[in-house]
Amino acid sequence: MYAVFKRELFSFLSSMVAYITIAIFLLVSGLLLWFFPGTSILDYGYAELGGFFSLVPYLFMFLIPAITMRSFAEERREGTFELLITRPIRIWQITVAKYLASLVLVLFGLIPTLIYYYSVSKLGFPEGNIDSGSVIGSYIGLFLLGAAFTSIGIFSSALTKNQVIAFVICAALCAFSYLGFDYTSEIAAFQPIAGGIANLGINEHYTAISRGVLDTRDLIYFVTFSVLFLLITKLIIGGKR
Amino acid sequence: MSISVKNLSKHYGKQKAVDAISFEAKPGRILGFLGPNGAGKSTTMRMLTGYLEPTSGTAEIFGKSIESQAIEAKKHIGYLPENTPLYADMYVKEFLSFVGQTYKTDHLAVRIDEVIKMVGLTPEQHKKIGMLSKGYRQRVGLAQAIIHDPEVLILDEPTSGLDPNQLVDIRQLIKKLGAAKTVVISTHIMQEVEAICDDIIILSKGKIVANNSLEGLKKAHQQQSLEDIFRKLTA
Repeated sequence: MYAVFKRELFSFLSSMVAYITIAIFLLVSGLLLWFFPGTSILDYGYAELGGFFSLVPYLFMFLIPAITMRSFAEERREGTFELLITRPIRIWQITVAKYLASLVLVLFGLIPTLIYYYSVSKLGFPEGNIDSGSVIGSYIGLFLLGAAFTSIGIFSSALTKNQVIAFVICAALCAFSYLGFDYTSEIAAFQPIAGGIANLGINEHYTAISRGVLDTRDLIYFVTFSVLFLLITKLIIGGKR
Repeated sequence: MSISVKNLSKHYGKQKAVDAISFEAKPGRILGFLGPNGAGKSTTMRMLTGYLEPTSGTAEIFGKSIESQAIEAKKHIGYLPENTPLYADMYVKEFLSFVGQTYKTDHLAVRIDEVIKMVGLTPEQHKKIGMLSKGYRQRVGLAQAIIHDPEVLILDEPTSGLDPNQLVDIRQLIKKLGAAKTVVISTHIMQEVEAICDDIIILSKGKIVANNSLEGLKKAHQQQSLEDIFRKLTA
């Protein structure tokens, strides 16, 4: 399993995929955070990162499918999947290895943004006046959200040989799981169970963790979410034989 | 018996790609799979290697079922699929090292050098796989199949698309490997069968129409040429 993980990660790093997606993520988040008047911290006047943390999930909806779309789709198209599956490795090991490699790449994209935390804490008055608990919680939330999106990405990639289709399915599923349940819960007919429906969405749990309160229920939600999608992926890959 | 297949079938809906075939393969002999396109050669090989699940029937590699003891069975198999799919973005040695790791091969660095020499990859060993010509890609394909020194080699059209010089090299290599291992190869080239195969199985429409040694097959058909025998059985 480690061999597959290593190969996946190295193939990200030796192709331009990793650098371009991470660079674009940092560029866009930097521009939105510091430069564009509508969302800039400098114009906003408060030295806090709330805006950044509500923005990144939307960037992830495009960044993560771009990272994960090739994982199974490309191997199936190129035929290398046939060699991979005939090695003495279990299908769940292949799935988890590919998932972890993509997740590490998401993490690589997230780490440089810690500099925003440093900058904003310097801008605060008095210096260092920032709600660190909330920032730490938000980063944990962002990581868990990334993990959930990545599992959707791996799942989408297993569905098809076509990377573009994998990208679109993943982006759509990410958007729906993030916002869809919230919007659905607002439909009048669902009023009696609105809370329950909203509770299924990622946004509800991500917001809760972002407040800086790490509740085990939210943690269990994210873990279950990823495990569920990886499990379905494993079944799809196994079933296609 | 290193390979033992009983009533193996693969159905796609109503179409029977492989229809209840049974055969065995022994160590030290090269078994040639012949048959027209679509006869079920590749499908059979894919079931033996665990890529496809049989609809019914059993296949065992050294007594290990390819379904219930898949991991154990796969350790004994080296496989070269049709068209030699490889990771084009990896370097030759990097790729062989990855393959070796998936089999948990001991003394991998030494083994990689050994295999590179064996298949004649030495002049190209520092290149990316995507940069190699077809002949050398085929050698990489063979190298990845033998890196863990498997007892069973399954090669799906290993010589398609090679030039005459490369053909001779690869055939010699297969013949050499076949001395100690159980080799199953599929091919369309009759001269190749005469040159390297000991036993022959001819498939047609998913069924075995001949299963004999090369001499036995010729004797049974009054010394006709292999091409005539092939056409007669598969027409």
